[in-house]
Amino acid sequence: MMKISLILNGAPVSGQAEPRTSLADFIREDQRLTGTHVGCEHGVCGACTVLIDGRPMRSCLMLAVSAEGRDVRTVEGYHDDETMAAIRRSFTECHALQCGFCTPGMLATAYDIVKRLPQADRRRIRSELNGNLCRCTGYIGIIDAIERTLDHIHGADRRNRKETP
Amino acid sequence: MKPVKFAYERPGSLDEALRLLAEHAGRARLLAGGQSLGPMLNLRLATPEMIIDIGRLGELQRAETADGALVMGAGVCHADVEDGRVPDVARGLLGRVAAGIAYRAVRNRGTIGGSLAHADPAADWPPVMMALGAELDLRSTRRRRRIAATELITGVLSTVLEPDEMIETIRIPHAGPGLRWGHYKISAKPGDFADSLTVVVIDRDRDEARVVLAGRSQTPVLLPDTARAIAGMLAWSSDQSSAISAALNADLSRHGITPSLSPHDRAIHLASVTRAAREALTS
Repeated sequence: MMKISLILNGAPVSGQAEPRTSLADFIREDQRLTGTHVGCEHGVCGACTVLIDGRPMRSCLMLAVSAEGRDVRTVEGYHDDETMAAIRRSFTECHALQCGFCTPGMLATAYDIVKRLPQADRRRIRSELNGNLCRCTGYIGIIDAIERTLDHIHGADRRNRKETP
Repeated sequence: MKPVKFAYERPGSLDEALRLLAEHAGRARLLAGGQSLGPMLNLRLATPEMIIDIGRLGELQRAETADGALVMGAGVCHADVEDGRVPDVARGLLGRVAAGIAYRAVRNRGTIGGSLAHADPAADWPPVMMALGAELDLRSTRRRRRIAATELITGVLSTVLEPDEMIETIRIPHAGPGLRWGHYKISAKPGDFADSLTVVVIDRDRDEARVVLAGRSQTPVLLPDTARAIAGMLAWSSDQSSAISAALNADLSRHGITPSLSPHDRAIHLASVTRAAREALTS
């Protein structure tokens, strides 16, 4: 077993794990935060996506020991975040979830799109979502929700935007 | 958790990493971004006794231009290239390729050196480095050597790397203003492994032309006849596809690939080569 210390949702935490433990399993089973979902465990489905040092990454493909000292944010960690509040509101309004299994990963990816790509059009949003599988919604509601959030937050800047490929 | 039990080391320097690798040669695996090794560990296709985590070695993450080349540490991640934190010395080709690798969450972790060393036939970087005439600096505790990117890969998941050796840097020559490129990837969905992937690079000023074909069932290969045929065309027109097809067949026969190709594989390879050629000739 190895001792692991990292920042989880803004607070320092530490725990014990075998080197082979994924960050996703460490978050769920040692830290008891089960909002991070584990689907395919080989990087394809996107359900386990969390923000690490502010960037979305697969927590199923990172060893917990490799995350030593890093800043990890899971779906439980956005209490005072206005951007995430706006994304969640749009997800509700646009029916962007049904069973909810993909949602934690979708929200992490949506957050990255809203922050990194203020000019993203529907086509770009679609392509940015290619690493997150949803088997309920058919994606339209999710794309609508992200577009709505972008319009809401960056409305004035987006009005005269040029379409991006 | 799914992987087998292994020991874990996170060396603080490249020298220390090389020493560990030499000590445990053949039983240890280097972990950089883990976007290929991670799935292999979880699927137990890789069962190492030791993981040597080189993901934080600053020595492997530098990128600078020197001697007419971009000298890039093997630990630079795809997103660094996608976002332009590393200068695109190939007139936009590097950025295009980086942005098309898997998914953003993977690009934030996966490294260029890892992609090369893993040598998945469907990987994006090996054909690009081969087409651009890149060189690789390899290093072990015993020696340093520089090889051409074209010499690295010997087969599916196989390279010339010795068990105690790693890729340290990648050197990509600065493209001149005359460089034209085309890149086309055919896959079941965006971000999926390439069924067929072609990179065309033509630099008439330097009298260079290279075409590399790769894909899920095709280790990257240079296509010299196809390169000559495409470089000989001054502009694109659709009736040139038969010339490309003939040259491609000659190249594939020379590599001994033809007998193993299904009609479907042959069709998608011709499509990706033709579309990459069109892009190179119309850009």
